[in-house]
Amino acid sequence: MRRLANNLPFWGLLPAWALMGFALILPILIIAAVSVATRGSHGGFTWDFNPAGYAQILFNEGWSGELEFTPQYLIIIGRTFLLAGATTALCLIFALPVAWYISRQTPGMRAILVYLVTLPFWVSMILRVYAWMIILGKDGPLPRFLETFGLAPGTSFMFNDGATLVAMVYTCMPLMVLPIYASIEKLDLTLIEASHDLHGNRFTTFRRVILPLTAPGIVSGAILVFVPALGAVLEPVLMGGGKQMMMGSLIQLQFGGGRNWPFGAAIAMVLMGLVMLFLIVTALRAARRTAGMEARA
Amino acid sequence: MDRDKAVEVKSVSKHFGTYQALKSVSFDIGENEFFTMLGPSGCGKTTLLRMLAGFESPDQGSILLHGREVTQIPPHKRRVNTVFQSYALFPHMTLEQNVAYGLENLGWERAKIRARTGEMLERVHMSAMATRKPGQLSGGQRQRVALARALAPEPEILLLDEPLSALDLKLRQAMRDELRNLQRDTGITFVFVTHDQEEALDMSDRIAVLGAGEVQQIGTPAQIYEEPVNRFVADFVGETNFLDVEVLDSREGQATIRTPLGTFGVPATGAAQKGRATLSIRPEKINLGDQAAGGITLAARVVNQNYMGGFTHYTLETGGVTLRASRRNASRQGDLVATGADVTIGFLPGSARVLAS
Repeated sequence: MRRLANNLPFWGLLPAWALMGFALILPILIIAAVSVATRGSHGGFTWDFNPAGYAQILFNEGWSGELEFTPQYLIIIGRTFLLAGATTALCLIFALPVAWYISRQTPGMRAILVYLVTLPFWVSMILRVYAWMIILGKDGPLPRFLETFGLAPGTSFMFNDGATLVAMVYTCMPLMVLPIYASIEKLDLTLIEASHDLHGNRFTTFRRVILPLTAPGIVSGAILVFVPALGAVLEPVLMGGGKQMMMGSLIQLQFGGGRNWPFGAAIAMVLMGLVMLFLIVTALRAARRTAGMEARA
Repeated sequence: MDRDKAVEVKSVSKHFGTYQALKSVSFDIGENEFFTMLGPSGCGKTTLLRMLAGFESPDQGSILLHGREVTQIPPHKRRVNTVFQSYALFPHMTLEQNVAYGLENLGWERAKIRARTGEMLERVHMSAMATRKPGQLSGGQRQRVALARALAPEPEILLLDEPLSALDLKLRQAMRDELRNLQRDTGITFVFVTHDQEEALDMSDRIAVLGAGEVQQIGTPAQIYEEPVNRFVADFVGETNFLDVEVLDSREGQATIRTPLGTFGVPATGAAQKGRATLSIRPEKINLGDQAAGGITLAARVVNQNYMGGFTHYTLETGGVTLRASRRNASRQGDLVATGADVTIGFLPGSARVLAS
C-alpha cells in the first residue's frame, strides 16, 4: 500500500505518458524519419537517407539535375503565416469587447453567454463552413440583402482570401474569447477605478491597466488561434476555392495526389519548428513579464 | 462662492433599484478639515464617498467642490484622490510607477515626477522599496504606498475609504496618528469613511453620523459623544444605558423627568418636549461607592462584573432597571466592588441626556 502511495505520481501519470508517447511523440518521430527518407516511385517511401524533401522547399531540380532556387513554397509559407496572423488580429479585435461585455453581466447571465460562445463547437466544422458558403455565395442571403439596396449587384463574395479569412475568424473566435474572458473576470475592478481616480482617462486606463493585467489571457488566446490557423485546410479549400495554396493543403497534397511523402513530412517538420519557435518566444516573454507579479500575497 | 467650503453636498438622493441608499442628504465640509462619515454598513457613507470621487452620480441633488459644481464631471477630471479600502495598487507596476501614475496622467514633466515620487515615498518611509512591486509588501506597507500615491497629485480633497480596516490592531493605532499628522502637515481636506466609532472620535475635526440613508448628526467628536441628538447616534457612538422616561415639564433649560428610578431635573435639549422620551446615560458617567457623591444617588446591587484591565464593567440593578457602569481601576484590586454587594451609585444630572423617543 505504502509503496503504491509513494509511486502514485508515476502510476497516476502513466496513462497520460502512454497516450502522449503513442499519439504524439511516436508519430512526430515517424514524420521526422519520413522527412529524410527517399520518395517511393508509387507513393510511400523507402528507408534510404535523403534530405531532398527539405531541399525541395527552397530548390527546384532542373533538367540536368542542378538545383535552382524557387520561392514558390516560401510564398506559400509566408501566405499561411499572413493568413494566420490576420485571423489572430481580427479575432483579438472582436473578442476583446465580447469578453469585456460578458464579464460585466450577472453571474447567471455570464454562464449563459459563455455557453453561447462555445455553442458553435457543438456543430460539425464542415457544416459551419458550408453555412458560410451559403451566406456569402451566389444568391445567398448577404448578396441578396445588398442587392435590395442596389449595392454591389451580382458580386460573389466567395472563393477569395476574404472569404477564407471570414470563415477562419468565425471558427477561431471562441478560442480567443474564452481565455480573454477568464483573465478579465479575474481583473480587480477597483484597479480600473483607481486608474480613473488618478486622472487616467479611458484610453490610458485600457493601455496601462487593463491591457497589461489581461495580457496572459490575450497571449493564450493568440496562441490558441494562431497555431491551428497555420494548419488550416478546410477554410482555404472550401471558402477560398483552393485557389491559394496554404501549408495545410500543401502537406495534404504531398501525402495524397502528389505522392511525395518525404516532401510532405519535411514541410510538416518545418511548420512544427516554426510553431515551436513562436511558442517558446511567447512563453519566455510571458515568464519575464509575470516574474515580478509572482510573489503576490 | 464660499472659499471656506471644500465640499458642499446639496439634497443628494440615490436609489439602487428599489433600495434608497441616500435620502436628500445635505452638508458642507470645511477647508483643511478632517471630516469623517461614520455609520453602520448600508448607511450610505460609501455611496457618498464614491459620489465625491465621481464613481457614482446622485439621482437628485448636486455636489460642489470648492464652489464648483462637479456632479457630472468624471473622476479623472476631479482634483480628488482616493485611498481605497483594498488599496488597489497596480500589481504590475513598481511602487515608484504606482506613485508616478497620477502625475504622468496630469502631464507633469519627467524631472518633476521623479522628484515628487521620491518625496512622497520618503514621506511614508517606503523609499527603500521604490523598485519593488506591491505583491512583495505587507498590508501596512501597501497602505502607506496607497497613501503616497493618492497624495502625490496634490489633490484638493483626499478621500479615505475605511483604509485602516484591513490592518491589525497595533498598526491601526499607529496609522491613526500618522494619518492625523499627514492631514495637519499637508493641510489637505480629508474625507474619511469608517464604521469604527473609536477611529472617528480619535481622528476627526468633525463627524457626520449617517444612518438609514440620512445624516443623523454632524458635530465635533465631543458633541457627537456627549450630546447625541437622537437614540441612533447615542447608541451607535459608544456605549450607553437607555431608560424610558416621561418629560413632565420643560422650560428655561431645565426639564423635570419621571423615570423608573425617581423624578429628577436634568438639562433640557431641543428634543425634550413634554411626553415620552428616552434618557441616555453613558456607563462611565455612573459612579460607584464613595465616588458617588453629589448629583443623583441611588441604591443598587452589583449583578455582574467584567474585569478589563484598565477598567471594570459592572452590571447593576436598581429599582427594577439594569444599568451598566464602568469604573477606572485607579488602584490595585482594593477598591473593586464584589458581585452581589449593595452599592451606592450616582451621576450628575448634566451627564444624562434626554432624547426624543
